[in-house]
Amino acid sequence: MTGERVLTRRFDRPDSHTLAAYRETGGYRAWEKARSMEPAAITEEVKKANLRGLGGAGFPTGVKWSFVPRGHTGPVYLVVNADEGEPGTFKDRYLLERDPHALIEGMLITARAIRSQTAFVYIRGEYVEPWRRFSAAVREAYQAGYLGNGGLEVVIHRGAGAYICGEETGLLSSLEGKKGWPKIKPPFPAVRGAFGQPTIVNNVETLCCVPPIIERGGEWFAGLGTKTQGGTRIYSVSGRVHRPGIYEAPVSVTLRQLIEMAGGVSGTGRLKAVVPGGSSAAILRADEIDVTMDVDGLRGVGSMAGSAGVIVMDESVSIPEALLVVARFYAHESCGQCTPCRESTGWIYKMVERIVAGHGRKEDLDTILDVARRGAGTTICAFYDGAVGPYISYIEKFRDEFAALIKTSPEMAPAEPALERT
Amino acid sequence: MPRLTIDGKEVEVPEGTNLIEAARVAGVEVPHYCYHPALSVAGQCRLCMVDVEKAPRPTIACNTPAADGMVVRTDTERVRETRRSIMEFHLINHPLDCPVCDQAGECWLQIYYMRHGLYEPRMVDDKVRKPKAVPLGPHVILDAERCILCSRCVRFCDEITGTGELGIFHRGDHSEIGLFPGRVLDNPYSGNVVDICPVGALTDRDFRFQVRVWYLDTARSVCPGCARGCNIEVHVNRRRPHHAGGRRVARLKPRFNADVNKWWMCDEGRYGFGFVDDPDRLTVPARRQGDEPVPVAWEEALGALTAALRRPAERVAVIASPKMPNEDLFALRRLVEVLGVRQVGFRVPPAAPGYEDDLLIRADKNPNTRGAELIGLDGDVAAILAAARAGQVDTLWVFDHDLLASGWPETDVARALTAAETLVFTGTNANRTSARAHLVLPAAAWVERDGTFTNFEGRVQRFRSAVDPLGEARPTWRIIGDALAALGAPAGASRAEHWFRALAAAVPAFAGLTYQALGDTGLLVRAPAEAVS
Repeated sequence: MTGERVLTRRFDRPDSHTLAAYRETGGYRAWEKARSMEPAAITEEVKKANLRGLGGAGFPTGVKWSFVPRGHTGPVYLVVNADEGEPGTFKDRYLLERDPHALIEGMLITARAIRSQTAFVYIRGEYVEPWRRFSAAVREAYQAGYLGNGGLEVVIHRGAGAYICGEETGLLSSLEGKKGWPKIKPPFPAVRGAFGQPTIVNNVETLCCVPPIIERGGEWFAGLGTKTQGGTRIYSVSGRVHRPGIYEAPVSVTLRQLIEMAGGVSGTGRLKAVVPGGSSAAILRADEIDVTMDVDGLRGVGSMAGSAGVIVMDESVSIPEALLVVARFYAHESCGQCTPCRESTGWIYKMVERIVAGHGRKEDLDTILDVARRGAGTTICAFYDGAVGPYISYIEKFRDEFAALIKTSPEMAPAEPALERT
Repeated sequence: MPRLTIDGKEVEVPEGTNLIEAARVAGVEVPHYCYHPALSVAGQCRLCMVDVEKAPRPTIACNTPAADGMVVRTDTERVRETRRSIMEFHLINHPLDCPVCDQAGECWLQIYYMRHGLYEPRMVDDKVRKPKAVPLGPHVILDAERCILCSRCVRFCDEITGTGELGIFHRGDHSEIGLFPGRVLDNPYSGNVVDICPVGALTDRDFRFQVRVWYLDTARSVCPGCARGCNIEVHVNRRRPHHAGGRRVARLKPRFNADVNKWWMCDEGRYGFGFVDDPDRLTVPARRQGDEPVPVAWEEALGALTAALRRPAERVAVIASPKMPNEDLFALRRLVEVLGVRQVGFRVPPAAPGYEDDLLIRADKNPNTRGAELIGLDGDVAAILAAARAGQVDTLWVFDHDLLASGWPETDVARALTAAETLVFTGTNANRTSARAHLVLPAAAWVERDGTFTNFEGRVQRFRSAVDPLGEARPTWRIIGDALAALGAPAGASRAEHWFRALAAAVPAFAGLTYQALGDTGLLVRAPAEAVS
């Protein structure tokens, strides 16, 4: 599958992260254009582009921007979510390392659209090289006068490794110096976000889409994708494929095509399952991969586009063991704020662990499904709903594999005859 | 004001009222753990889910403001099922150690499990282990395994005291409440976290393991610790006298009064009841013979008292106390009027100025200074002591005060006490002043009798008897009434309430007040201008 590269078009240049290379390849032209546009016109263009948030939730970006209350007199903040933590996702890291100026240009245009003077960039703590590259680019942009001088000020903040700090309000709590607990909504961040001010939180990749939209028009961008989602996006393909890595493709690409782009299934060569949108997305069976990878396409098969982290599993992979890894992750990363999530992520992990260790009970699978369903939709943030995706889909789609483990477990042996009293 | 319907009942509530409070108005209980009306909304426990018409799924009532025309149901199958689920989540890692937990009997896990849980437990795996019996400060101890992480205690220390000692540490089901490094939960209001903790995670070090709560009886009362007059409940243990080392008063708990103390009380007041059951309580009347106090019958003691009071009025002096309730002070005023005694006062400077803050605690550590002022016993105590030193006082009757531990030089006070021919002491506990008295008349403590205090704002508030007086101690109004009778004056009253009625009839500031009208939250005395008219 070939197509126009929008987000990764500079990635092949070894000096792509420098201001000089960025300018040579047309950088900051969109910003020059946006400077003469009314903020509302920028937002309108982004709406026309059908750009949807690429961090995971898939919310229409232009619509989000328009939630900033009109007539607000205090500061408005732009917060860049560079806390890329969704297992199986590693696209933002490449954008930060290889095209940091594209992000800065996207921030400049977005800040103009939402009338913000200050942007915070929250970078995942483990992303040392991306942070170095991006920081260097910010210094260059200040020196070149794109930043500062009464214009946009950029503050870089490094996270400390919690997955929940990638959730937009957990990120804001952490940015404010508090424990990274998601905030109760309403109020939504666009009304009351960082430090109590209206705040727009956007993902790195989302913002990198903004300069091309402004430069070439929303219609062009929309035309790259499907009816409800415009553009291309970067898919992180990992697991049992011959060439794991990042692949840019229009959002209308199918999962099958993506796997082929990544060299096809490795290991046994026979596909068992794919997680299409990061670990929180419901798993798909091998017969479900002729699906388009846009937000609505994957929603149609009961999964989600999420962060576009594609994890491929060949036939040798044990699904119960895969679920164990996922369940351990969610039990470890639950922030502990809401009771259903705090308690059931740990509980489900223990049950899966017991099943994989060969001590499963016959009621375990139904208990996991029931606990997962009961907790879904009852919490402050989407973390738990993200955990429920794999809990339910792994078991429902591969129940035989789990049942086989339980059938052989000693807990399922016939009970010892009761001792007779003498 | 939005009008809405909750479980079919229409209610009108002030703008901004959340659905938990609105339901309360409708007489509908919405179970909750993390919500507390005094604290910010946390929305963490997820128990207060209700069905709001047109909403796709149940929503938390604590963070949903009542809106006009809203239709809310708390009794749908979906809500009941959600509550059951949330209760199960709250309890899977709970140690279920109710038999050894002090909260048992007043625990909201127990109460809500019975009301909203009643599921078959499914958890068969090991529970998460956390620290137990961790002292957080002088008064509060933590069992992290029992904690449901509602964060009320954290928000209390952040938002009410502003001291911020507590935080929630770690993540997921390993989350636990704890102290920030180097901190101790020793703010002046630390005991309140025990009250607002809905479970057995935070318990009172003082009350712990003393008596099971179902053996406690309760009386509505007022804290005598300072001029604020925080509304309290006195919890007493009469049914298991062999528990708690014989201490009858088990604990004090704040009682809500929007105008006085809201939900709170300070630690000094909360843990200040020890004197009631202290071995130094005065329990029998005593006369000094030589150097030794000898117990005597009340008749003999009253005879000695009236003999001492019959001395020429200008040689009799009375030092009343702002710890005395209004009833006692008014009885005393009657007595000094009958006797014609002029040397009367109640103000004694403390040895050190009292601590105060802008939340509840007042510098004046007396519960009834305002009452004593209004009843008119405000003479010059220093002048009385000077007169005594000059040999001009034959009978000196001291109530409650330990004058030797006051702000006045001890030697001056000692000389005055020595110079009086008869020193009479009436109070609850022995002190160095009572030790010098020729006649000791033991008084009932505030929990052993009815009465009223007038707080610094002029709010007259009732306290009620919780236990009988210890030994032969008597309410002070009764001791004074008996003296009046012995002197041939009308004894006046056989109950504290009668004395209050007489007070209301005689002192304009109290006009119109009755025990019934005071109710549970008290009433303000009339302003001086009003009182005159």
